[in-house]
Amino acid sequence: MLVSSRSSASRARWITWSGFALLLVVAPLLLASGLSITILSQIGIAIVVCLSYNMLLGQGGMLSFGHAVYSGLGSYLAIHALNAAAAGALPIPVSLIPLVGGLAGLLFAVLLGYVTTKKSGTTFAMITLGVGELVFAMSLMVPEFFGGEAGVAGNRVVGEPFLGISFGPPIQVYYLIALYTFLSVAGMYAFTRTPLGRMLNAVRDNPERVEFVGYNAQHVRYLAFIVAGFFAGIAGGLGALNFEIVTAEVVGAGRSGAYLLFTFLGGATFFFGPIIGAVLMVLAFVLFSELTKAWLLYLGLIFMFMVMYAPGGIASLIMMNVRVARFGRLRGLIPHYVVLALTASVALAGASALIEMIYQVQLEGSDAALRFLGVTLQPAQALHWLLAGAVLLVGGALFEWARRRFARQWGAVQEDIELRVRQMEASA
Amino acid sequence: MSGPALQLKDVRKSFGKTEIIRGVSVSVQPGERVGVIGPNGAGKSTLFNLISGRFAPSSGEILLNGQRIDGLKPYEINRRGLSRSFQITNIFPKLSVFENLRCGVLWSLGYRYTFLRFLAGLDDANQRAEQLMRSIHLERKRDTLAVNLTYAEQRALEIGITIAGGADVILLDEPTAGMSRSETRHFIELIKEVTVGKTLLTVEHDMGVVFGLADKIAVVVYGEVLAFDTPEAVRANARVQEAYLGSVVAQQQEQGH
Repeated sequence: MLVSSRSSASRARWITWSGFALLLVVAPLLLASGLSITILSQIGIAIVVCLSYNMLLGQGGMLSFGHAVYSGLGSYLAIHALNAAAAGALPIPVSLIPLVGGLAGLLFAVLLGYVTTKKSGTTFAMITLGVGELVFAMSLMVPEFFGGEAGVAGNRVVGEPFLGISFGPPIQVYYLIALYTFLSVAGMYAFTRTPLGRMLNAVRDNPERVEFVGYNAQHVRYLAFIVAGFFAGIAGGLGALNFEIVTAEVVGAGRSGAYLLFTFLGGATFFFGPIIGAVLMVLAFVLFSELTKAWLLYLGLIFMFMVMYAPGGIASLIMMNVRVARFGRLRGLIPHYVVLALTASVALAGASALIEMIYQVQLEGSDAALRFLGVTLQPAQALHWLLAGAVLLVGGALFEWARRRFARQWGAVQEDIELRVRQMEASA
Repeated sequence: MSGPALQLKDVRKSFGKTEIIRGVSVSVQPGERVGVIGPNGAGKSTLFNLISGRFAPSSGEILLNGQRIDGLKPYEINRRGLSRSFQITNIFPKLSVFENLRCGVLWSLGYRYTFLRFLAGLDDANQRAEQLMRSIHLERKRDTLAVNLTYAEQRALEIGITIAGGADVILLDEPTAGMSRSETRHFIELIKEVTVGKTLLTVEHDMGVVFGLADKIAVVVYGEVLAFDTPEAVRANARVQEAYLGSVVAQQQEQGH
């Protein structure tokens, strides 16, 4: 029985990884517009950087506010290497430029991480913040390297095409990014199943006890920080190739904050959580920001709700439902989810109508009308404000009613599952 | 090797101006089981913290198998063959029972900080962790997260992690703290089973338990070792009775133990 469950687990692993590879290959064929190729490329890069961030946050319990330092410096070294290659000063193919970024990330993690990982907890977080500010300040002080306000530009088409590949067309860059994404994800997953990867979890859980089973907790943190820096640098190098320009914002606090926010949103407690977060990050920055000027406000609200009600992120919500499904109890919950979604959308529609009108008044003045969900809203008319407020209130009340019903049902299901788990343990 | 497994020479420790450990000198022979008793605040836990490297002594020497270990880091002392448990359960809450034990095993088998080998392929580490899991009777809870175990199970896991690395000197700080009388008796049997052949130092409040478990008793009172002898001799020692045993018996009767 043990053997069969093991072999079925290894089959599941094969299916997952081949599915992931296949998805990376066919995604640009299914979504063949220019914008979607750009988005897919950015998603690949974001996946690598969010997973590398989660090595610290989810697996090591290290809350870093400065992870963009390592992806960003990787970007800078990569773009300089690209320009050196173009000038003939550095004999390196374009396909290996992301590795230059990775090595740069690793090198800076070796240097800066030694100080950073001396401490854990709040002190660690404060040091990462300080290092982040330091590097950002440097980027303005040393324009020779960081390119000042304009940044450093490059051209990824270097030399003659090899087998017809010049990396000029976005689709060719996409496949290069996809390859690096696959290898990096596989590498970071493999890391979680090694002695160092497991001891990193142990350090997260209880750094003190780690020291009494022979390990230096600080050294474990330092090594993990270096590995995370390497993969962040790879993502930075890919970003340099993708955009062909690197500006100081890539090492900035905003970037670091986005990595933290979306890794958390995706779910730091499961390996695949940051992948979800990465997809959301790119969609938010590229699409959602086009949709509404208030997108950062929405993002902040979503983040607040997640921290309060689902601190395990989207991944943990998924896994909780997978567990329920495994015990055959998901079907009874689906009607609840439909009702929750409907009532939530009503409340959300009311709330966002208000938010959009406020933004409209602030940005355009109260005379301008705006189109919202197929309706024309007139901020100058009090009735429209009242209506939007009423929709919010009614939706909110209905949602609260649905939420309470769902909470009771959910509790009952969980109790039932706990009971069955205990019975299974007793009979094992 | 013939010398003592653990030796303390005039060990002292002060916090600020207060001297908590006031010159302790003892020698524990290999394979000896020592029960450490004393009233609350006598310095028993501090003594364990000094030996295991949590704090460095202010003065004096501590020798493990003849080698100085005072002032070393906990992990350096652990690597030299000394392991300890904690009075307040100190495990890896978000890891499974099996993973907890495997974390205790890895260093001693030489895997150190490697990230070039898969855990699943480390047959010796996995077998040792499985065997430990059986010896502390938690094989049914293999994949349960440590945080979800019962208190008694967590105490057993605490012992499991402590012995996992195969250290030959084991310090147990109140292993039965918070357990009922009957749980305690069971647990002491378990401790005896899993520490066969080891040098053992145990802080234990239950006098019946301690006199049954130990070859020798160390009585710590006010930062000093008042007596260090066989249970019979300690029981007969007038000074010990006066300073400690009598009061503890009275105290225990009051508390209705």
